[in-house]
Amino acid sequence: MDKTFFMPRQASTMAAAVDDVYYFVYWLSVFFFALIVGLMIFFVIRYRRRSPDDVTPKITHSYALEAFWSIIPLFLIILIFAWGFKVYLQLRVVPANAFEIHVTALKWQWQFTYPDGTVTIGELGVPVGRPVKLLMNSQDVIHSFYVPDMRVKQDVVPNRYTVAWFEATEVGDHRIYCAEYCGDGHSQMYGWVKVMPPDVFNDWVAAGGIEAGNLPPVEYGKLLFEKKTCIVCHSVDGTGNKQCPDLLGVFGHEVTLTDGSTVMADENYLRRSMMEPNADVVQGYRAEMPSFAGLLKDDQTTALIEYIKSLGASE
Amino acid sequence: MSTATLPGPIPHDHDVGRINYLHSHRGVMSWVYTLDHKRIGIMYLAAVTASFLVGGVMALLIRAELIDPQLTMLPSNKVYNQLFTLHGAIMVFLFIIPSIPAALGNFFLPIMLGAKDVAFPRLNLASFYIYVVGAIFAVISIVLGSVDTGWTFYTPYSVDTQTSVVMMTMGAFILGFSSIFTGLNFIVTVHKLRAPGLTWFRMPLFVWALYATSIIQVLATPVLGITLLLLAIERVAHVGIFDPLMGGDPVLFQHFFWFYSHPAVYIMIVPGMGIISEIIPTFARKPIFGYRFIAFSSIAIALIGFLVWGHHMFTSGQSEIAVMIFSALTFLVSIPSAIKVFNWTATLYRGSIDLKTPMLYALSFIFLFTIGGLTGLFLGALATDIHLHDTYFIVAHFHYVMVGGTVMAFMGGLHYWWPKMTGRMYPELLGQITCGIVFLGFNMTFFTQFILGSQGMPRRYATYDEQFQPLHAFSSVGALVLGVGFAITTAYLLWSLWKGAKAPRNPWGSLSLEWQIETPPIHQNFLETPVIEGMPYDYGVETGSGH
Repeated sequence: MDKTFFMPRQASTMAAAVDDVYYFVYWLSVFFFALIVGLMIFFVIRYRRRSPDDVTPKITHSYALEAFWSIIPLFLIILIFAWGFKVYLQLRVVPANAFEIHVTALKWQWQFTYPDGTVTIGELGVPVGRPVKLLMNSQDVIHSFYVPDMRVKQDVVPNRYTVAWFEATEVGDHRIYCAEYCGDGHSQMYGWVKVMPPDVFNDWVAAGGIEAGNLPPVEYGKLLFEKKTCIVCHSVDGTGNKQCPDLLGVFGHEVTLTDGSTVMADENYLRRSMMEPNADVVQGYRAEMPSFAGLLKDDQTTALIEYIKSLGASE
Repeated sequence: MSTATLPGPIPHDHDVGRINYLHSHRGVMSWVYTLDHKRIGIMYLAAVTASFLVGGVMALLIRAELIDPQLTMLPSNKVYNQLFTLHGAIMVFLFIIPSIPAALGNFFLPIMLGAKDVAFPRLNLASFYIYVVGAIFAVISIVLGSVDTGWTFYTPYSVDTQTSVVMMTMGAFILGFSSIFTGLNFIVTVHKLRAPGLTWFRMPLFVWALYATSIIQVLATPVLGITLLLLAIERVAHVGIFDPLMGGDPVLFQHFFWFYSHPAVYIMIVPGMGIISEIIPTFARKPIFGYRFIAFSSIAIALIGFLVWGHHMFTSGQSEIAVMIFSALTFLVSIPSAIKVFNWTATLYRGSIDLKTPMLYALSFIFLFTIGGLTGLFLGALATDIHLHDTYFIVAHFHYVMVGGTVMAFMGGLHYWWPKMTGRMYPELLGQITCGIVFLGFNMTFFTQFILGSQGMPRRYATYDEQFQPLHAFSSVGALVLGVGFAITTAYLLWSLWKGAKAPRNPWGSLSLEWQIETPPIHQNFLETPVIEGMPYDYGVETGSGH
């Protein structure tokens, strides 16, 4: 279902059940708000002060009224509690036939590991119409996996596994956000749930989770730069306003490292910076980049290097 | 205890005691060393108002940045993160927790009890200076490399970040003691210094509210102190408590933190409810409806409020059983709040309602707090909380309670008691118009955020998706309107100190005790200990209609 004024698209089997609770509480709230504020406004107009000598009645309390407006809300909140809890249990209990994907959160990217060893970054490909179980773990601080369209949210904690599940109902792309504050890149730590028909999904996983097509290396590198979330931490426009070094024109120039030594930024330096990022850290920056060893295939590494080379060339 | 049984004061002191408290002693040092609860209240008022304005400027910077989805105005995400952290920390620890109790409560609690001062005047002054020291620590932390953890200091991020977490948490630790001392002082004062005839059920509801608040301050604040100390020890001495890299448990921190910080939500709102219970009877000229229910609901909120901390952690991975229990208890705490709202509204029935500025703020409180309370139901309900947690829905919800509730009550109380505190009237028409501006600006800013959050916009985002821009921009315009409202208020209140009309003893025709004494009050409040013979809300005449 398309998004409404209040809620985003319904793209999972649980979304409608969650939204039913939402709209029940919503209309109940509208009713009580209208009742209270309506009475308040009515009284203010009806009983406004007409003269400084107005005489008012001495009405102090009514046990019947107090009981009435304590007990009615009590029944209503019991109803909301029970309904909310029932749907919550459905959100928590993973169906037996679920397809399991491992999720690793780190500053500031999502990594998804498939049963065959395929790893994708920032892109969670899933088959439509089949429950997907996410077994999640963080490498550093607490993150939270949030897909509004699926009504799924679960914190991802270091040193412990947490679990979430959803079953996508329509083919398409859906935003993944990090909902637990995790530092400088928090607001860019997003990704996409890519919902595909089952056969397309199987091909996609087999191909390593990315469609290179016949792109030239520089174009492919540019695509990877976004897909593998390099762009979250590295600016490429010379502003240097992100938490890692700007890459404009870096190729072919000497860079100064934290120990004061310098090194020529050639192809091998760039490759080492991806695989062992904390070996040669540029002066003024923290050693906080995760290693991409095992996450990039050789042709992908080459394409990224070609893209970074191209950044210097045009200037 | 009453002054009548004390040995007579020495003649000189007696004379000073008869002069209004602003003129009873002269010179800067007479303020620095004052033990007068009224002067300490005024110093707190100046301090919390300054904090509010600083925190407010940060809010405006945040909203200005959020007009555009990309980072445009601020130099980096980090600066944005530091700004929302400081906005939260300053508003919570330096403004809203001490705002009503330490400023207005300090001034009026002893007077409402018919006492000359609080039970421990020196401890009261110490509370203020401890507050100042805590504030200095907070300022130093800003200079050293401002904290970027959010005001919640969640681990392990707060163990990991390079910013001055230790300095800021030490500031909050110290501020906690100020809060504990004030609470302790108020509890003893209420128990021991009530005037003859002032039974528990003749006490003004503002006193009941401050009493309930003080209980929470004394019982909950030490837990925050210990938690922040553990965090500092972990950072400095590398003892693994919360950081999993050292064998700690990061979720444990959340339990400790919210064990204080959820009750602290009631430290923030219950005193505001007390003010509303004072303003409405006065300006409706009616006895407060359901006095005992309102009084006991404050105590009920204080007690149940200790048992709901886990509702901040429904998505944290805690067990489903814990989640269920916390959800049920959370719904239970909504009942006493609802009782208060119904009773305030019922008080208006057949009243003689005068829409002076304090009353407009009180009615705004009912309007906005009702929205704040009802939207809490979406968050207590588990199925919807999973979707709404850590989105702008939460941001909107707690601003409706904290700003729409507490700040509106603070503004109402400030205008209500301004004549008594300063001896000057504020400009009435300007006050009424400004209340309208504040009300409009507030709703523009924050109602929008309920929609943003429901649509899935996460909180604490320096940049965001294009689809959210129209609502964000509208919210930012609202923040500007709200800022203008508070700026006008600050300007005319300061102006009134010089040019305001002299305030009469009882401009609102109120029956409560503080309005029966001199304006401004004399140094020792009462020349003779008052004897209390009835309720503070004995408005109206018996109609014989059965009530």
